[in-house]
Amino acid sequence: MGGYILKRLISAIPVLLGITIIVFFIMSLIPGDPATAILGSYATPENIEKLNRDLGLDKPVVQRYFIWLGNMLTGDFGRSFSLNRPVIDEVLERFNATLILAGTAFALCSVFGILAGVFSAARQFGLADKVITFVVLIGISVPSFFLGMMMILLFAVNLRWLPVSGMYSIYGGGDLPDLIDHLIMPALALAAVATGVIARLARSAMLEVLRQDYIRTARAKGVPERQVIMRHALRAAMVSIIPVLGIQAGFVLSGAVYIEIVFQWPGVGRMLVDAILKRDLLLVQGGVVFVAACYVLFNILVDVAQSLLDPRIKT
Amino acid sequence: MKLFFKLLFRNRLAALGAVVLGAILLLVIITPLLPLQDPDATATADRFKRPFSEGHVLGTDHLGRDLLSRLLYGTRLSLAVGFAAALIAATLGSGIGIVAGYFGGRIDNIIMRGVDMLMAFPYILLALAIVAALGPGLMNALIAVAAVNVPFFARNIRGITVGLAGREFIDAARLAGMGHTRIILSELLPNVLPVIVIAMSTTVGWMILETAGLSFLGLGSQPPQADLGSMLGEARSSIISHPHTSVVPGVMIFLIVMSINLLGDGVRDALDPRLRSGALSRPRAMTVVDRVGSIPQATDDLLAIQNLETEFHVEDRIYKAVGGVSLAVEAGECLGIIGESGSGKSVTALSVMGLVASPPGVIKGGAVRFQGTDLIGAPYETLRRLRGDRVAYIFQDPLSTLHPLYRIGDQLSEAIQSHHKLTRAEARKKAIQLLKDVRIPNAEARLDSYPHEISGGMRQRVGIAMALANEPDVIIADEPTTALDVTVQAQILSLLDDLRRARGLAIIFITHDFGVVAQLCEKVAVMYAGRIVEEGPTKSVLQAPAHPYTKRLIACVPELGGGRRELPSIPGLPPVVDNLPKGCAFAPRCEKAQESCHSGEVCLRGMGPRSVRCLFPEEAG
Repeated sequence: MGGYILKRLISAIPVLLGITIIVFFIMSLIPGDPATAILGSYATPENIEKLNRDLGLDKPVVQRYFIWLGNMLTGDFGRSFSLNRPVIDEVLERFNATLILAGTAFALCSVFGILAGVFSAARQFGLADKVITFVVLIGISVPSFFLGMMMILLFAVNLRWLPVSGMYSIYGGGDLPDLIDHLIMPALALAAVATGVIARLARSAMLEVLRQDYIRTARAKGVPERQVIMRHALRAAMVSIIPVLGIQAGFVLSGAVYIEIVFQWPGVGRMLVDAILKRDLLLVQGGVVFVAACYVLFNILVDVAQSLLDPRIKT
Repeated sequence: MKLFFKLLFRNRLAALGAVVLGAILLLVIITPLLPLQDPDATATADRFKRPFSEGHVLGTDHLGRDLLSRLLYGTRLSLAVGFAAALIAATLGSGIGIVAGYFGGRIDNIIMRGVDMLMAFPYILLALAIVAALGPGLMNALIAVAAVNVPFFARNIRGITVGLAGREFIDAARLAGMGHTRIILSELLPNVLPVIVIAMSTTVGWMILETAGLSFLGLGSQPPQADLGSMLGEARSSIISHPHTSVVPGVMIFLIVMSINLLGDGVRDALDPRLRSGALSRPRAMTVVDRVGSIPQATDDLLAIQNLETEFHVEDRIYKAVGGVSLAVEAGECLGIIGESGSGKSVTALSVMGLVASPPGVIKGGAVRFQGTDLIGAPYETLRRLRGDRVAYIFQDPLSTLHPLYRIGDQLSEAIQSHHKLTRAEARKKAIQLLKDVRIPNAEARLDSYPHEISGGMRQRVGIAMALANEPDVIIADEPTTALDVTVQAQILSLLDDLRRARGLAIIFITHDFGVVAQLCEKVAVMYAGRIVEEGPTKSVLQAPAHPYTKRLIACVPELGGGRRELPSIPGLPPVVDNLPKGCAFAPRCEKAQESCHSGEVCLRGMGPRSVRCLFPEEAG
């Protein structure tokens, strides 16, 4: 097992390098002069030249990439000019908030998606199946940002059950119950689409598995139907559900950008959008690379989970 | 193609999607012709008018612009951008995929590595990076969304192309001296195009949503021009005071995405042949029973199958897999059921404990009595308690019949614990004993193996051990040795025989092998087209078969050391059981068939311990 994890970690290195290359070269496509963008069009040529030199922009692109990569490996992601603080500090702080939001949403969509799919498959063509299928269809068709706005309207403005936005109350608060109050709506809005996708997949995976010979064997042994579904069928269905959980984690992370905007959540997605609008490119670059790297590592976890579940995978 | 559209429209939801999407598309196409106000004309005096107010059916936004007009022009823009992105992504991605798949080797390797890297990103990070580099704007958002979806097409189309590139017609084109470009354009592309179109139809909804999303973030279309996303983005600040400004564009995005999803599902269902036959329905915990006619009286046999009728209902066809079969076994007795594949022997066996998959299986008549109690139509819990406890099954091909993800020991323990309250340790101890009983060497270690880690013969022994777990009264063995080689088969058979003698087990042994029947069973029943055609003591049936079918079947068995002789096969095929001929089912293949064989029902007639379903049985001797 340890060997397998190590092998997967090593195989992630070229992917991580690839990510830095792609991000760096997309960023170097920028038309115009970054120094002008930072200093504004009234800057003197001397100032622009000095800033270019300070940022290392006078060097060839390949050399700049390696300097940037080397700095990142030592934890130096550069300095955000718009926030005037190191990129890594800002990213880490914001990523923490995103992780709380996206992690909660991911847990919600995994649990409810799988449960809904299993239940739906077990009651195929029954009323529950039809209701779930219908709700799921709505769920995967509503854009998460619109759903979030409608939730604010209903639960925060009209019913006054939950706070409108933010991560903590401005006055008082700051403790865990306060965080949970603020987390409920954005997490649900973010989880909706992925829940639907996972439920659909879980349903069809279960239907596929329930037709297998070993399910008939379990029934022939006299295993109670509940156990046939929850143990025999679900375990086998998980083999095809888990990779999709990994993919959906990427979609949840992506959706977090919209949800963070709608709910004023101080996460990395909102930071990126702000940075793009302010043309703070080092911040964008650092944030993208950091989040993408985390996602790659998360997918290794998914692979490891898969290999624990399926003994047929050679570890 | 006609069938495709028929299937698509039989799916009511898909039809609904098509209608909604069609209506939106029509509306969007004729938008410039409609008498609408200028979508960008601001009138601050008229700001935030409610829907249905005079002159503004959907009201106005924060700058007093007519929402209906903005909605239609915005939808137009969103759809155009979404479709354009889909088209660009499909063209570029498919091109890359075809090149990678066609050339293979190093080119394929390098390209696919790149694609994998792009797919390692959550899509929005890549899109944001591209927009960050190019700057906010609708054109740049379009480029970003298209770029993000290129890897998806590249990977899918590559997969299809790799399959096609190895096919004969590509080789033929190459031998004919065609250049690479021509082969790709004239041979590969036409074959890949349908897949590209389907992939596009399933992703265009996504791309519309993604561009709307970028506009919502303020990174797409810039004011005053509006698409659905930027309308929603602008309305966000007034969501609390004037919710209608967000509801209008939000509902439109929802309708577009949902109708595309519905249509996409319909297309997929119509194209997937497995769903078409309705096969992807879940077998229930027990076979559906819908008995017509009277229920036979109880007998004092240990297990009696009485006039059993099992059918498969597939769409409007009815397959009569078992058409009135009666059999009985006593304790310590072994009954063989023999027949070609499709003769209904397995379905008969599975009907006993309600294990025939339904849908499509339905038990239409007869009874199955265990110690006098009718099991057909018995409540689930009654059946479950008997399954594996009193009546156990051994199945063919234990690689697919054992659960691939559980250890053998756990599967054995579960069989025991489903019927007896035992602790884990006790069940495990019993499992070891069971493995020893079926003569598996090194039983303790084997307990922790997975099914794929042991040999076929060992797996079959595990299957038998599982059947023996609760010391049942009856074992139904459905071709348990068919997948095994001869030496292992002999071992398994003698093992079963020993167990029968030692424990007084009744065995119903299903096979298509007379040699096995001769070795193991006292009684044999021969099945053809869902019915028993001959029944009796094994020895006497083998020596003097009375039914022409039995005779021909026995003649097909090559004799060891019998020298080379011509093996007479039976001409023709067994009948399909959805449309059985009147009279004897074997008559069309029978050499001795007469007029009367085709006309009336032929009964199973007894002659002492033997019975035969034939008007002109073979003479003894």
